[in-house]
Amino acid sequence: MNRDSNTYTIIYASVMVVLVAVVLAFTSQSLQSLQKENEENDKRQQILRSINVQIPADEAKAKYDELIETSFLVNEQGEKIEGDAFAADVAKAFGEKTYPVFVARVDGETKYIMALSGAGLWGPLWGYISVNDDRNTIYGADFSHAGETPGLGAEIVMPSFSGPFTGKHIFINGEYKSVAIVKPGKSVAGQDYVDGISGGTITSQGVDKMIYDSLQGYVRFLTSQNQQEDEIIK
Amino acid sequence: MRLSNKSKEILAGPFSKNNPVIVQMLGICSALAVTSKLEPSIVMGISVTVVVAFANVIISLLRNTIPNRIRIIVQLVVVAALVTIVSEVLKAFAFDVNKQLSVFVGLIITNCILMGRLEAFALGNGPWESFLDGLGNGLGYGIILVIIGFFRELFGSGTLLGYQVVPDVFYQWGYVNNGLMILPPMALIVVAVIIWVHRSKNKDLQEN
Repeated sequence: MNRDSNTYTIIYASVMVVLVAVVLAFTSQSLQSLQKENEENDKRQQILRSINVQIPADEAKAKYDELIETSFLVNEQGEKIEGDAFAADVAKAFGEKTYPVFVARVDGETKYIMALSGAGLWGPLWGYISVNDDRNTIYGADFSHAGETPGLGAEIVMPSFSGPFTGKHIFINGEYKSVAIVKPGKSVAGQDYVDGISGGTITSQGVDKMIYDSLQGYVRFLTSQNQQEDEIIK
Repeated sequence: MRLSNKSKEILAGPFSKNNPVIVQMLGICSALAVTSKLEPSIVMGISVTVVVAFANVIISLLRNTIPNRIRIIVQLVVVAALVTIVSEVLKAFAFDVNKQLSVFVGLIITNCILMGRLEAFALGNGPWESFLDGLGNGLGYGIILVIIGFFRELFGSGTLLGYQVVPDVFYQWGYVNNGLMILPPMALIVVAVIIWVHRSKNKDLQEN
């Protein structure tokens, strides 16, 4: 058969594309359940890291079930609403003005874990940040990225970056300030701050913006509850 | 199994005299992107070796049926399918590694070494030779990546594979990690130094 004829070329291309599609669909189908499990365990690991618990993926589910008491979604007014916080896609949930909250109990103390979602230099950033039951002091934080530069922006996943968040305050004198990321050695007045990544300036700025924007949605949840509790005490 | 002399030449040539990165100057882009740490360099080297070896075999098997006018497209489809499978398998069985390499797995598709080998070798040779050629070129590429990754991580972060190797005492004496090593330009300079050393040992590669 003439390999240069149009008919041969078109038939060849069609058959090849169909074959490749079948192979890829089969691979994707047969590996899907494993991938989903990996993703869920990875998410559990991230949430656990935000309360300073570091464990291998295969133990994540047991530990997660042990430490996380409940999880729910809140709206901008800080009221609980219907929905599954764990299954929710954070970026999508934020778009619908709903915010996932996970409540953990660590050594007898209640910690509130909130989700973060933003953008870095090359792609999306996300993470989790936990506060003590004063709903102001940060207990721990964890950050992830889709494709920041290894050795530079990608360093945000390291404990050396997320560690210093512990003990910082989201509110100063009752006013929402977030936590700033600054160039190492610099400082900023009127709010708490941590050092950024040298050489990863745009990623650091992305984390800064992500924390500010994401926690903004939680402000009412964090403050309203305080008032309610205050009222109960009164 | 014993390899014939020709097979040995095909397999070992790309390690030195015919190295894809430092002699043919292919795949420089990914050599810059993933080598700021040693671990991604190693995984990238292995992934490219697997993909180029199998893509070579498949194209070599199909070489007498591929219509000439769409041969580049056929090669791309084969490579893209293989890369997608590698990426899916990594996601299912080596989730952490996949997370680390993230976008770079997908970028294997655009690695010039792949197209270069498919076009220059697999289209004109049998499957076994093509497999060896793919293996040799993938490893030749991997070796260079590992060398660059080694020096960049050592001098840029003071660690190797994430473990600290520069003793704390050095830092107390005033030693500072060279932040420039982590930035892409230093990868180019390291490649250039490797080429310099390599050519001064292989005089026949020198051009006037």
